[in-house]
Amino acid sequence: MGVEICVEGLTKSFGHQVIWQDVSLTLPAGEVSVMLGPSGTGKSVFLKTLVGLLKPERGSITIQGRDLTKLRERDLYEVRKLFGVLFQDGALFGSMNLYDNIAFPLREHTRKSESEIRRIVLEKMDMVGLVGAERKLPGEISGGMRKRAGLARALVLDPEIILFDEPDSGLDPVRVAYLNQLIVDLNAQIDATFLIVTHDIASARLVPDNIGLLFRRELVMFGPREELLTSDEPVVRQFLHGRMQGPIGMAEEKDAAQVEQELAQIDDSAHVQERTPRLLPGPGVARPPRWEAIARREARLRQEEVAGA
Amino acid sequence: MRLSPVGALRHSGSLFAMALDVVRTIPRRPFQAREFIQQAWFVASVTIMPTALVSIPFGAVIALQIGSLTRQLGAQSFSGAASVLAVLREASPIVTALLIAGAGGTAICADLGARKIRDEIDAMQVLGIDPVHRLVVPRVLASMLVAVLLNGLVSVVGVAGGYFFNVVLQNGTPGAYLASFTTLAQLSDLWAAEVKALVFGAIAGIVASYKGLTAKGGPKGVGDAVNQSVVITFMLLFVTNFVMTAVYFQVVPQRG
Repeated sequence: MGVEICVEGLTKSFGHQVIWQDVSLTLPAGEVSVMLGPSGTGKSVFLKTLVGLLKPERGSITIQGRDLTKLRERDLYEVRKLFGVLFQDGALFGSMNLYDNIAFPLREHTRKSESEIRRIVLEKMDMVGLVGAERKLPGEISGGMRKRAGLARALVLDPEIILFDEPDSGLDPVRVAYLNQLIVDLNAQIDATFLIVTHDIASARLVPDNIGLLFRRELVMFGPREELLTSDEPVVRQFLHGRMQGPIGMAEEKDAAQVEQELAQIDDSAHVQERTPRLLPGPGVARPPRWEAIARREARLRQEEVAGA
Repeated sequence: MRLSPVGALRHSGSLFAMALDVVRTIPRRPFQAREFIQQAWFVASVTIMPTALVSIPFGAVIALQIGSLTRQLGAQSFSGAASVLAVLREASPIVTALLIAGAGGTAICADLGARKIRDEIDAMQVLGIDPVHRLVVPRVLASMLVAVLLNGLVSVVGVAGGYFFNVVLQNGTPGAYLASFTTLAQLSDLWAAEVKALVFGAIAGIVASYKGLTAKGGPKGVGDAVNQSVVITFMLLFVTNFVMTAVYFQVVPQRG
């Protein structure tokens, strides 16, 4: 079962530049959450702060009753074993082939025999669809494969929390769809707490239980998926619809008068839009009770829609 | 790059913090023997050839200078003594310092810097592995070991080069050259040089690792880090060399 992450009043700045301040949210245990935000709003910084790679100026991050921001370096390394992190480019070790990369955490942290390591590594490689590429070096494979290999490596220690840093950046739409399905399947299989940092709205609509939005140096909103998808908050609506009209500008935020004018122009008939169905675990994946409930709810909503139409 | 008075202090501070971390982490088990051997081999392979090639002219220059001077003074029988003294005490630690920083340190810094900007170091930390324990300690120890061995190599090659130039090219007397070896130099000179080399290796390894692990800003950042690591290491090594030499003269009674 995954663990809950409780973030309280977190503030991070580099020098005088505040990245975000007073971020408070709770990532519920075992659920999938997505952190959205325009480029350059410190999403990756947030992720790195969560694993203790960056120290925040204020606030606390509580996992299993321990405050990550106050732990000593030695204890931090212990807590980090709960985490699996998928970095943007996979962050594979360039000098090792994929097999050794994925086996690396096992060899460092466990006393498992080489044959057992082999079994686990091949199982995880099969999970992410990389069978047959064991001997390849990270420099010899495509970005999508590197990401999947990075994911396999993040999975080998059976983490309780998995963080994804832009899993969909630089991938084609088909691969993104596969990756989203993989994330959902994984969540059903291993029950860990997921946090996905992205700016891909399509994935953010399909995959998560919860959505958060970072903008203008703060957390604008964090809550259940439906709440944000139907929200009237201008920033949330603009971002989730990928529109130019709204508070988010090309370089920085716009002035208030312009925003109001733009919001008035938006054709409201377009606002009544279709419900986005949730992505469910694939047919071959055994669903735990949580996903059973989600699937039942989705089926009911779909029936209501059909009946309504 | 922004210049600030605190910046330099902050960097020296974190460099020393890193050095302390390394010292504190050395006894931690399991010792990364494999990484240590690989790195020692790697550092040795990039330094042995240049070191040998640099020490021949170094020994030769000393022999040439001393050869003509001793001839003018009529003290040719002392040319061997002076040459050994110069090579052993000063030339070999300096050549070792140049090579361990210029060839070994840059290689270490570039390697770690490239890993840093590819997020590999972050990934390692997230996997619960301390890069200081896993990567830095083996590298520092490897560069210390190789520095000590290089110092021996430089001494041998330097003295042999000196012998060749003095005896073969300047028509010195082989017997006098060899016999006067120990009139000025003593065994403690060799030990002192080896201790110097050990310290130089440690400094070069720590500075290179520090600069590599703090590289940022893409491939250009790695280049900058390598450049700075060489400059900083050279400065530190020459200062350390001076201090250690001064202390050595105070502590060990000299001959002659």
